Amino acid sequence: MSDSTARGEPTLDDTDAPISGDAITGARNSSGPSTGGPGTDGASISRPSTSRADISRPGPGAALLARVPRAGALPLSLALLLLLLALSLLSLRFGAAPLTIDEVVAGLFGSGPESHQLIVQQIRLPRVALAWLVGMALGMSGAALQGLLRNPLAEPGLLGISSSAGLGAVLTLYFGLSAINDWTLPAVAMLFALIATLFLYGLARAGSSNLTLILAGVAVSALASALTSLALNLAPNPYDVQDIVLWLLGSISDRSFADVRLVLPFVVVGLALLLTAAPALEVIALGEAEATSLGVNLPRLRILVIVGTALSVGACVAVTGAIGFVGLVVPHMLRRFVQYRSGQLLLPSALGGAVLVLAADITLRLIDTPKELQLGVVTALVGAPFFLALVLRSRRDML
Amino acid sequence: MTPCLQLHDLSVQIRGQTLLAGVDLEIGRGELFGLIGPNGAGKSTLVKALMQLLPASGEVLLEGASLAAMNARERAQRLAYLSQDDRLQWPIRVRDLVALGRHPYRGSWWRGGQAPGASAADHAAIEQALHATDVWDLRERRSDTLSGGERARARLARVLAVEAEVLLADEPVAALDPMHQLRVMELLRARCRSGQTVVVVLHDLTLASRFCDRLLLLDQGRPVASGAVDSVLSSDNLRSVYGVRALIGEQIEGGETIRYIVPWALARDA
Repeated sequence: MSDSTARGEPTLDDTDAPISGDAITGARNSSGPSTGGPGTDGASISRPSTSRADISRPGPGAALLARVPRAGALPLSLALLLLLLALSLLSLRFGAAPLTIDEVVAGLFGSGPESHQLIVQQIRLPRVALAWLVGMALGMSGAALQGLLRNPLAEPGLLGISSSAGLGAVLTLYFGLSAINDWTLPAVAMLFALIATLFLYGLARAGSSNLTLILAGVAVSALASALTSLALNLAPNPYDVQDIVLWLLGSISDRSFADVRLVLPFVVVGLALLLTAAPALEVIALGEAEATSLGVNLPRLRILVIVGTALSVGACVAVTGAIGFVGLVVPHMLRRFVQYRSGQLLLPSALGGAVLVLAADITLRLIDTPKELQLGVVTALVGAPFFLALVLRSRRDML
Repeated sequence: MTPCLQLHDLSVQIRGQTLLAGVDLEIGRGELFGLIGPNGAGKSTLVKALMQLLPASGEVLLEGASLAAMNARERAQRLAYLSQDDRLQWPIRVRDLVALGRHPYRGSWWRGGQAPGASAADHAAIEQALHATDVWDLRERRSDTLSGGERARARLARVLAVEAEVLLADEPVAALDPMHQLRVMELLRARCRSGQTVVVVLHDLTLASRFCDRLLLLDQGRPVASGAVDSVLSSDNLRSVYGVRALIGEQIEGGETIRYIVPWALARDA
């Protein structure tokens, strides 16, 4: 009893003591059995251990600095951007008629032969532009959804958002609504994406576990696929069916600048909405109650992420079909480089998504297959094992 | 002088169930005010209602101004809240965690504002909070590498970094060993001496008795007793509310009367 009061008294009298790190370290050390016996004055305990804390300070600090990868969002984004530009140049080179870098540059700026200009500007450039747009939309919305739902497995594809958008697109084609005007198809796709996102958010909101959320995503995905199959099943013309199926597999080949123009405004607006959510996404790591206490407007944050995802992903799916797993793989790989800060992850994830889509698109052109592989097939082949590994690694926290 | 916090008939009803019924309370500036009561008594509900995190009826005034009418940013700057839920989804670094406490001061980026933790005032507040809770040495550590006690202190540092007038802490010492329980309580005490007002939810009755200026005892959403520590922590109250027979002892140490409360056995008539 007298020991505890002796330890308590000096700090109580000294107002500064509780806010001095050294005094606290001292007190912690004094609780060890080796330092100071019963009845020793509290103040004299803290003095020798203060110096010990000083000596030990650089030690653990330096070791930890070495362990934590130190790269901010900006250097990382710049590195990814450079990689993206390099890949874009490569992508302009490869294809049925390989070109040299010089020929690509000449074709781009209209000084080369007309055939090169045609290949570079009309065939390959839209493909590169779509890869950027789709990759950025999928990468950033994956990062934003993971931040909002506080769930590393959230992703537009896995949660059924992409397949819902696909369903919307197929229904539009099936009922011939796409003939009304160019915007009908992406608009319906975005609407379906929005409905799926809202539904999943409602579930996450109601305090469902990670597992419930993923299962609900699987269910949404399955329902959307089933309805899509139904539409295909009932389709009167078999040629239409083959076209739709191929389109559903996900591809950015044989697209024109008209497609790019269709997608671009929605992706730009969607990504801008997601970016404005960045600071609040950072705070939501603390949980919804503490985030609200820090002035985060939760309804606004939810709307930003849901509408941003639906706009950007919905528009992309309408043009490229479903390209899965990009939004899962990319944020997961980059998160450690931004010290796990959800807000800082958005921009690198967008660029990383574009890198991944472009790299996959180049790869499928380099692999010699009887028929060109579809982009969605390649990303799924890479992404699905990755997802499995992620689930196996995190199954303990999930269940 | 107006009290720092005034609660008028604060009630919370969710789906027809009354979680908190008619709490009237005045808490003075610089006071360390304790909320006690058994599990489910409504302590956390009261704190959340006070923070405007739950739909509540009644009124909460901060320095005479209604909290409900205050804009979210000002409220966030003036009241800081530490929840009971210590799960962090991402293993962010301790210093990034603490920097989140500066979110209420963040400028909008389109008005040339800075990220949280970027201004000189932010730096000073973060550094002071890291030192105050003894997590300065842990500042580069990922939060998933911390022990329960270290994480509790890092989260407390996040709350201190807000530099709010009022600090509401829901069971800040629940995960801590006795030494760190005392450190945290002393820290809160020191905050009160420097003019902050602290409302704290506690389960440890001896800590409540030793550190709090006044207490409110809640039971099933209703205030049972409030006021001076000794009168609230009477053996009658402990028996009727907690259903335990407690040993209440006093000891004189260095001219100061020390009171300790040890819940000892289940009350037979409870």
